[in-house]
Amino acid sequence: MQELRERAAALLADGTVDRVLGWRAGDMPWNPEPAYFETQESLRDFVYDGFCGANLSKYMIEASKLDGKTLVCLKPCDTYSFNQLLKEHRVDRDKAYIIGVGCRGKLDMEKIRAHGIKGIRTIRGAGIEEDEKTLSIDTIYGQKSISYEDAMLSRCHVCKGKEHRIFDEQLGTSKETQDADRFAEVERIEAMSPEERFAFFQKELSKCIRCNACRNVCPACSCRKCVFDSTKFDSAQKANSDSFEEKMFHIIRAFHVAGRCTDCGECSRVCPQGIPLHLFNRKFIKDIDVFYGEYQAGADAESKGPLTSYTIEDVEPGIVGERG
Amino acid sequence: MSIETNETFRPKIVAFCCNWCSYAGADLAGSSRLSYPADVKIIRVPCSCRVNPMFILRAFEKGADGVILCGCHPGDCHYSTGNYYARRRMTLLFSMLDYLGVENGRTRVEWVSAAEGVKFSQTMNEFVEKVRSLGRNVRLEDLRCRN
Amino acid sequence: MYKIARENLSALFRAIAAEQELYLPVRTAGQVNYGIWTEDAEVDLDTLKSVKSPKDVFFPQSETLYTCVKEGRRLTVEPEALKEQRFVVFGMKPCDVQGVRVLDQVFLAEPADSFYAARREHGTVVSLACREPEESCFCKVFGVDCTEPSADVAVWFAGDDLLWKAQTEKGEQLTVMLGGLLEEASGQEQSLLEEEKEKTRRIVGELPYMELSLDGWDGNAVEERFGSSLWEELYRPCLACGTCTFVCPTCQCYDIRDYDTGNGVKRFRCWDSCMYSDFTMMAHGNNRTSQMQRFRQRFMHKLVYFPANNDGMYSCVGCGRCVEKCPSALNIVKVVKAFEKEGGAEA
Repeated sequence: MQELRERAAALLADGTVDRVLGWRAGDMPWNPEPAYFETQESLRDFVYDGFCGANLSKYMIEASKLDGKTLVCLKPCDTYSFNQLLKEHRVDRDKAYIIGVGCRGKLDMEKIRAHGIKGIRTIRGAGIEEDEKTLSIDTIYGQKSISYEDAMLSRCHVCKGKEHRIFDEQLGTSKETQDADRFAEVERIEAMSPEERFAFFQKELSKCIRCNACRNVCPACSCRKCVFDSTKFDSAQKANSDSFEEKMFHIIRAFHVAGRCTDCGECSRVCPQGIPLHLFNRKFIKDIDVFYGEYQAGADAESKGPLTSYTIEDVEPGIVGERG
Repeated sequence: MSIETNETFRPKIVAFCCNWCSYAGADLAGSSRLSYPADVKIIRVPCSCRVNPMFILRAFEKGADGVILCGCHPGDCHYSTGNYYARRRMTLLFSMLDYLGVENGRTRVEWVSAAEGVKFSQTMNEFVEKVRSLGRNVRLEDLRCRN
Repeated sequence: MYKIARENLSALFRAIAAEQELYLPVRTAGQVNYGIWTEDAEVDLDTLKSVKSPKDVFFPQSETLYTCVKEGRRLTVEPEALKEQRFVVFGMKPCDVQGVRVLDQVFLAEPADSFYAARREHGTVVSLACREPEESCFCKVFGVDCTEPSADVAVWFAGDDLLWKAQTEKGEQLTVMLGGLLEEASGQEQSLLEEEKEKTRRIVGELPYMELSLDGWDGNAVEERFGSSLWEELYRPCLACGTCTFVCPTCQCYDIRDYDTGNGVKRFRCWDSCMYSDFTMMAHGNNRTSQMQRFRQRFMHKLVYFPANNDGMYSCVGCGRCVEKCPSALNIVKVVKAFEKEGGAEA
């Protein structure tokens, strides 16, 4: 982290960049917030640790509208989103100076809380360079610990890899954190009967409060005006008045990002109700892979997306029924 | 509303038909005096690819029991490629609905040309029969529309 | 004071539910929210904070106000019935009870909101004292004592028992109704309870947010706080989602909309969020055109405008839900601290 801060300070000092988009230390060990730093002095509050999980590519849409260059710290998975946004002309490559930061998995407070850890005072072992496999947590209710792996965001267990797909320079080392099959959950649901699938999603989605956190955090949801905010017709529902609404919102949202979703997992990370929203996106990704050939959105900034191209031999929609 | 049994159940079917082929196919079915159930309500669209997933969900929301999309045969699109895009979109959407536990017989895509009055009539007969056997759509309806 | 063994709680819930609707914290798909008790409901009284506050028991996220149906040329308008049956909310935390008091200021002030008033009238609140508050809690800052619930009935866990104390007439009635299940608590149990309370108070004293200072935040601070340049800095990570407002026990803004049912209209109201771009949208457009203004609105409302109009009562109760749930780790505490720091720098 020290190295990153020094590098940011140096680039700010020599005028390469006009501001740094990074993280400011929170008032708890677990709540640093995304922040802009414009002076050497303000960088005093700069932090970068395991709790810096948000995908800063989304912030680059706004940062691209500012004058001058913005230094942004991107994890390997964030760079996919940046590429995708670049492809869609939503960010400006010339206004970004990307430091590809090493990643050994990001932490999830919900997982830590689910382990019954509360009243947290300090957390040790969350640094990005540290090799510690355990988080030592000092709480009002005594000394607690949890393994780094168990405290990791679910998405890190299906990590896309250590490679930064776009960067100006790289800093730090990354660790392999993938230990589960990306499509295992989707396959588990596919194997259920239609009644079970319906019950599963009904139960999960009934928790939805329509806070729109999943949409607003999503780097693929970059429309200036979302169809669900449009006052022109009645899709602009602010609450789930009926169980149909939540399905409509989540199906359409997933569809709108299909072929563009890099599977960064932000939607599931921010959902206050813990709805596994990635299951929608990942289903589309899996189908696209099967029907139209493997495709990873954001792997590059040039290729055509699967829903903006076609082949004459594409499968017919009837395959869904035939597949059984 | 009382629960209807399958014998008396008459499904509400929405058919999105491309202006250049299927809609004309329906016309031909009519002028050739071929019958298809009156439960099918046709909505004319300029191209199958005009139909976005929200149209389909909206139809179910407002009480449709089945939705069918008819367009030009691949290769024959009036706008050259529209139906190719529609094909991909509908494949993914139908797969998603299936994943969510919605009976997959409720959705269908069929390519019907302006010369295929017979096919239009047959397709609609088959589809209505299929949806009738599935019964009323309860998994994708908005209860507020039920009165 | 009465008591009931913890293991008999399901019998207690069954007895209440036999007579009245019972709302309590229920775990569904991994998350705890208030819901209606059923025989299979997974009741969870150990999780300190439900994701959503229980305010939706009195002020649902979405409710129909009236229904219009068109049949031929006839148009009928049917207003939604007001709540007429009594119900019980079990397990509300002291901060959430304070949240309802904030809502009362808004909805029971003349002209009273009849839907809300009917629910308040028919609802009996059983409030459960906290035992193990968490680092995100700061109820004490707003004068809430988490060990002393003030509601129709106050309940505490102590040892293997739940202690029960009716505090209002409604609470007495509920106690009488459950007479067969409750036993008189002995002096020994009551002194155990006092020990438990003392322990919890000690923990409260150690929590990092409990000493937060609200100096400078009151109804008179409108000009000074509104014009501060700090907002420009503070709002920047805000994603403009509505998480903070929808998990909040005191946010009370709503929107009224029509739903087209195909043969009529259902007029409903639903929670709205000042974070949304179409909040208070009018024909001429929107009052607040930037996210900074919307962000500022939320905190100004809670800490300045609300006390200005309600004899100094803040519309924050320190439950800490926003602290835990904000996707960008922003929250009201950070805002208060930022102003405190700024004030310190100037002095």
